[in-house]
Amino acid sequence: MKLIYFAWVRERIGKEQEDVDLPENIQTVSDLLNWLKQQGEEYENALQHPDVIRVAINHEHVSHDETIIGAQEIALFPPMTGG
Amino acid sequence: MRDIAPDIRIQTADFDISVEMARLTDGRSDIGAIVTFSGLCRDEAGRLSALELEHYPGMAEAQMQRIAKEAVSRWPLQGLTIIHRHGKLKPGDNIVLVMAASTHRQAAFEAASFMMDFLKSRAPFWKKEHAVDGTEGGWVEARDSDEAALANWRK
Repeated sequence: MKLIYFAWVRERIGKEQEDVDLPENIQTVSDLLNWLKQQGEEYENALQHPDVIRVAINHEHVSHDETIIGAQEIALFPPMTGG
Repeated sequence: MRDIAPDIRIQTADFDISVEMARLTDGRSDIGAIVTFSGLCRDEAGRLSALELEHYPGMAEAQMQRIAKEAVSRWPLQGLTIIHRHGKLKPGDNIVLVMAASTHRQAAFEAASFMMDFLKSRAPFWKKEHAVDGTEGGWVEARDSDEAALANWRK
C-alpha cells in the first residue's frame, strides 16, 4: 500500500512517500495510524496525537473509522490551511 | 439556466484579476454581478519574508471541483473561477482568487464566501512560514474559527 505524507507529517517522518506491507489485522484508518506510530521514533513523533491527523484515501478525505481495505493511496497530513 | 463548468486552476504563476474578469464575462450580457475575492500573503507585522505553500496534487484539484460543484448546486451561478497558487510567495503576493458571477449580487456574495470557507479547511494546501531573519518558521495552524465557519453553512 502506498502512503504519502504532507507538511509537518512529511518532515517528521522524513520521507514523502513509501510502500508498506500491512499486517492483516490493520483494517481501518485508526488501525493504520496506531500501527504506523510504532514503526520508529520518527513515526512516533509525527503521529503522537493521531486525532489531529487528517487522512485521504484515493484523494478523498475520510474519517478515522473508514476501512482501508482496497485503498491504493493513503495520504496523511495536518489540518489543511488553504485559501 | 445553463450548466456552468467552474474554471479551476492550481499554479505557481501569478494571476491578473482584470484578465480573469474579462475571461468570465467575454461575449456575455446576462451577468448582473461578480464578486471577486483575492487572498494575499501578509508579512505579519514585518516578521515574515515568505510563505511556502505545499499542496497535494490530484487531490487538490478534485477537492476544489467538489467544493465548486456544491456552490453551483446551491446558488444560481453563471460563472465561477478559482485560482490557487502554490510554491514560495512573498508578502504582498496573491495567493488565491475566487470569482463568482450571477444575475444578482446576493448569490454571488454568498457563493464566493462559501468557496473561501471551504478552501480554507477542506482543500489540501499547507502554509509554512519563513522569517525575515532567515530562519524557517513553523507551519501555519488551522484555526477553530475556520472549522466553525463550515458549520454555519450546514445550518
